[in-house]
Amino acid sequence: MAKSPDIGCRSCGIASCAGAQLAHGEHATTVALAGNPNVGKTSVFNALTGLRQHTGNWPGKTVARAEGSFAHNGRMFCVIDLPGTYSLSARSAEEEVARDFICFGRPEVTVVVVDATALERNLNLALQTAEITERLIVCVNLLDEAKRKKITVDLDGLAAELGVPVVGTVARAKRGINELKDLIDEVASGRLVPKPRMVEYSEEIERQVAELVPRIASLVGNALPARWVALRLLEGDRTILPRAVAHAKEINASPVPAETT
Amino acid sequence: MTDSDHRETVAALQNDVSRLADKSNGDRMVTALYGRAEQIASRTVRQDAAAPSGRLTDWIDRLTTSRILGLGSMLAVLAIILWVTIAGANVPSALLATGLFWIESQLTLLFQAVGAPDWLHGFLVLGVYRGLAWVVAVMLPPMAIFFPLFTLLEDLGYLPRVAFNLDRLFQKAGTHGKQALTMAMGFGCNAAGVIACRIIDSPRERTLAIITNNFMPCNGRWPTLITMATLFVGGAVVAAQTTIAAAALAALVLFGVFVTLTVSWVLSKTVLRGLPSEFTLELPPFRRPAIGRILVRALIDRTLTVLWRAVIVAAPVGGITWLLARITIGDKALLYHASDALDGFGRALGLDGIILMAFILGLPANEIVMPIMIMAYVGAGAMLQLDSLSALKTLLVDQNGWTWLTAVCVMLFSLLHYPCGTAMLTIYRETKSVKWTLLSIFLPLGIAIGVCFAVAQTVRALGLV
Repeated sequence: MAKSPDIGCRSCGIASCAGAQLAHGEHATTVALAGNPNVGKTSVFNALTGLRQHTGNWPGKTVARAEGSFAHNGRMFCVIDLPGTYSLSARSAEEEVARDFICFGRPEVTVVVVDATALERNLNLALQTAEITERLIVCVNLLDEAKRKKITVDLDGLAAELGVPVVGTVARAKRGINELKDLIDEVASGRLVPKPRMVEYSEEIERQVAELVPRIASLVGNALPARWVALRLLEGDRTILPRAVAHAKEINASPVPAETT
Repeated sequence: MTDSDHRETVAALQNDVSRLADKSNGDRMVTALYGRAEQIASRTVRQDAAAPSGRLTDWIDRLTTSRILGLGSMLAVLAIILWVTIAGANVPSALLATGLFWIESQLTLLFQAVGAPDWLHGFLVLGVYRGLAWVVAVMLPPMAIFFPLFTLLEDLGYLPRVAFNLDRLFQKAGTHGKQALTMAMGFGCNAAGVIACRIIDSPRERTLAIITNNFMPCNGRWPTLITMATLFVGGAVVAAQTTIAAAALAALVLFGVFVTLTVSWVLSKTVLRGLPSEFTLELPPFRRPAIGRILVRALIDRTLTVLWRAVIVAAPVGGITWLLARITIGDKALLYHASDALDGFGRALGLDGIILMAFILGLPANEIVMPIMIMAYVGAGAMLQLDSLSALKTLLVDQNGWTWLTAVCVMLFSLLHYPCGTAMLTIYRETKSVKWTLLSIFLPLGIAIGVCFAVAQTVRALGLV
């Protein structure tokens, strides 16, 4: 994936990341924080950045996008707390904000926070996010509550199934946060390259995707994953292609030559 | 590739895809996603059979969301919070007042010792300092109790259950059930409540929620409401007084909900016609709240913020009010030219000129309505030292002719009148519409005037005061 040095800072806003105190020419690594409503995303955000966003135990608490920063291993990170969503289908305002940021804001790392006590329902978002970006980390939060309910999550197994790094946390008690920071740093620096396993759709859909991918790639280059754009097109989303093309132009990524099909 | 080639390629692709694209594709993808999620979860999650039954939280859950007991238990929770606030605030309020006015007497001695002129002492000590002391003594204790309690409920996960309980009522009023959540935010701050309306997707329902958010009393209005409720309840037993005051406040909040529903219903039948949309609301588990953090956050984020806003405005206003009460034109001070002009209208609403003036000057922030009122009264009367709630009662009743009706009308007017300056700006930013912003201001004002007028005239006609 092409690096886009200025996008991170532009999208996170220099003023709001003032805490980052960057030297001239430096830029903070952008980290997007996504997750279902009420999984403790804001707690993870607070634990990461030391900021004190007001937390509350109810869905929809974070309406506006919150931003903060932290330093780790001599590197600055700018964290964007996205509104809680169950999916990235852009059916509601929150979903659109979250999806658009992950797609077009080009965060260098995306962390999907999931609720350990309701993993199955939460994985949907992680799987969808994996289709958009490979620089993905899954943070299994609320492990204390899971323990109380006698639920155990096999974190290594989950990492193997998803193909992305997984870290367990109890954000309210700041447990696991350092490990999460390490992972973010490793993924951002490219020392760790997640290889997300894609969900396989029906044969028919996969065949159509295979046909569309080269044509899309010739238009959008590597600005967006062609597979993801193809899936959206097949869903009947007519706005995605013009936006993807415009985005590709904007970030000035060179389109790969069209392949013959 | 040239730009026009590019456009053609995009168009061709769109065209080819439109043959393939199918709504059912989306459904099939979602099914596949959930299937995979289920598969992964089944391989990685283990639920021990001996899971704790969680009988207590289940029981609380059933109680708080029960059809019959849900609304009742909600009212009980509200009443208990208000009761604890009022009962708990009395003693620290008195202590604070005593302490702060002892400092005032020391300041006076100091001014006399250095031979400072009378007007300087009057302006700084009797104007600025006394105003500040009042704001702190009256407002700080109830806020320091109320806000942590409210934050505690938020952390527990109670608010979504309130939304769940109220959903049917909102449905009937033609609005969105999530409005209960935006109202809960309005309990803290109406500007925050208006921003929270973004969680409602349909523009029609969002506009309704924005317009009616004002009817939830915010941080800035709670101190006024609590003081008014405490001031005029009779009865010899302190506990009984507190209970009545708490009940009066709970009734006032209920009235706010009632007005919200009525206004929503009327608007959804007229200018904002439409059907309420469906939504899913996840009830989060009851979580054990982090008590220490709640205390700190509620005290710093809410209590001190509100107090600070009141103090920075009250200090200059205290001085200015003291001056205005002393600079005379003709036969009376400037201050009373203004309040006299408003007096007739104010009295028709069960208020008086000074109260109305305080509400008008309090437009930037509701926190300062009561300080202005008190300072205007104090500036007028003998310079008695106000050192307790009973002294406030003396000031209002004996010197300025207040009755219980005045207190009731002040509460009603405060609950209904109009959003504060910050909230108005927020409404404009969120709706991007002058029309809805003006409606959000003048509709509540009309209702406030109408309700206060009706109450005052009825009570007077019945000879109750």
